[in-house]
Amino acid sequence: MATPQAPASNRVVDLNDIFRPSKSLGQEAWSRLIRNKASVLGMFIIAFFIFLAVFASVIAPKDPLELNAGKRYLPPPFYKGTTNIKSEPEFLLGTDSLGRDVLSRVIYGARVSMVVGFLPTLIILLVGTTVGMISGYLGGWADNLLMRLTDVVYAFPDLLFFIIVMVALRDSFIGQFMNGLVLLFAALAIVNWVGVARLIRGQVLSIKQKEFIEAARCIGVKNSRIMLRHILPNSLGPLIVWAAFSIPGLIITEAILGYLGVGLRPSTNSADFFITSWGALMLDGQTAINSQPFLLLAPAVCVALVVLAFTFLGDGLRDALDPRMRGTQ
Amino acid sequence: MNDNNVLLRVDNLVKHFPIMRGIFQRQVGAVRAVDGISFDVKRGETLGLVGESGCGKSTTGRAVLQLYRPTSGNVYFDGVDLTKLKGEELRMMRRKMQMIFQDPYASLNPRMTVGEIIREPLLVHNLASESEANERVKQLLELVRMNPAFSTRYPHEFSGGQRQRIGIARALALQPSFIVCDEPISALDVSIQAQVVNLLEELQEQFGLTYLFIAHDLSMVRHISNRVAVMYLGVVVELTSRDELYLNPLHPYSQALLSAVPIPDPVAEVNRKRTILVGDVPSPANPPSGCRFRTRCPIAQSLCAESRPEFREVKPGHFVACHLVS
Repeated sequence: MATPQAPASNRVVDLNDIFRPSKSLGQEAWSRLIRNKASVLGMFIIAFFIFLAVFASVIAPKDPLELNAGKRYLPPPFYKGTTNIKSEPEFLLGTDSLGRDVLSRVIYGARVSMVVGFLPTLIILLVGTTVGMISGYLGGWADNLLMRLTDVVYAFPDLLFFIIVMVALRDSFIGQFMNGLVLLFAALAIVNWVGVARLIRGQVLSIKQKEFIEAARCIGVKNSRIMLRHILPNSLGPLIVWAAFSIPGLIITEAILGYLGVGLRPSTNSADFFITSWGALMLDGQTAINSQPFLLLAPAVCVALVVLAFTFLGDGLRDALDPRMRGTQ
Repeated sequence: MNDNNVLLRVDNLVKHFPIMRGIFQRQVGAVRAVDGISFDVKRGETLGLVGESGCGKSTTGRAVLQLYRPTSGNVYFDGVDLTKLKGEELRMMRRKMQMIFQDPYASLNPRMTVGEIIREPLLVHNLASESEANERVKQLLELVRMNPAFSTRYPHEFSGGQRQRIGIARALALQPSFIVCDEPISALDVSIQAQVVNLLEELQEQFGLTYLFIAHDLSMVRHISNRVAVMYLGVVVELTSRDELYLNPLHPYSQALLSAVPIPDPVAEVNRKRTILVGDVPSPANPPSGCRFRTRCPIAQSLCAESRPEFREVKPGHFVACHLVS
């Protein structure tokens, strides 16, 4: 180990000269996170569903669009339904109203849920962070204008907005695009960025009072760099936690919209990447709840699992990123 | 402004913070944090700025560096009026004047490594390439008596004294000629204070730095300063050389302040006479008329309420703002 080269007689000797590996705040948070068993379980479940979504075409035992005439509403092999329909071992979770394999459709459904969780969250974070940063950092009339805008968006009932947008625009160009998925993303993002904007604005207001921001200004750091290099990294913690709780919220919203019949339209074209969603499957499933309950149960369990997994992860992230918050809601 | 010996001239500096009320944010008053102060800082000297909490010391330091834009008044640095500079011009001037902050825990960005913190001034002013900057970081860390290998670590891994030295290294990175030290030692342990003060003195000698040293520890100010200004409620009440102030304080507030300093001699300490002030410091949002100090002054007269005492030179180099000092 190199000794300090300071020549002066009253050199200060630090106990810290004895080295230990250096850890950033992020690395310390990560090591706290992976000690949280529920979070690790959550991460595994999420990883599993991401894997399903990406490799659905390889994993799914059947073509999710293949119609099997005469094999409608088959119950799964391990379940004796209330009807006299015989199950067939090749359909592990039975079939739906058109004789399509339920397991394969549920696996393909993971694609929509994963994408609907992550992609709008990214858009929301980008828009919300930009608005919140500008609002909090500049203050004054810009802050007033942007915050009144967020108030207006915030005050509008979310579900009503989704339904209006999805119904009104479903036949327009954007509504046709990717079976309505792009329109769904846009609708989700338009409603949800306000939460992030408010969160970030609060963060910026508190961080910009800190002395290290003053120190940066004193050095001659430009405003844009102060925002990106000093304020943003210090507000990442709450942002990551927010994202972890936002993703399951979006997945549930998609499921609700799908169940109401205004979400993604199930595809009949095998060239499509997004075939169906869990919400749409549940809508299908409710019609045959007695003879083939797994048509409803399988997607419902998947939604519940994913949401639970993200909630575990979000709790763990919150505790890991800010240990003082442990145990609070 | 012809005096080449003067690095910084503060002329009738005023900083008021508006008090806003109501939904339309109407201004209903102002906190007169700094209310018309003037002083010079000579090249290579340390000017101590003392006063109790809330008297406007830190605001003065920040207004001098234009971190708060002054409400009125002028600050001449090397003949350039800083209050007239904007944007890029001011950013360029920042290379010559820096600040060391009070709280070593709050003044370093917790998300940046020590190296990144010290390197930042060089990079934002385009003074060095990446590798030159890294070399400079090592030199600076050695200069403040720290191990150069610490540059990859984060601030939370260091003690208060070490962090303060990182802050000093950052301030020195741009090779400034003037540094405002805003109570740089008051957040530190007594045992560490001496280390940091000695380091500041050595650096001053080595680089010919000029300090504006803000503090409320009178014995520390006596140790480090050449001249001392005493502030009370937003104004400078007395300004003179260190020895003159400590031996012969003229303003009643300075007298009271200095009488509170313990003497490290048990016999003398027993006989020390204290002037104990009664009452609290009035609110800077609504300061007393005339002399700011009259509400607590043991010798106040009716004249003191009527007019504000002029800040005048009663002896060569000894300025006092008091009607009753001749």
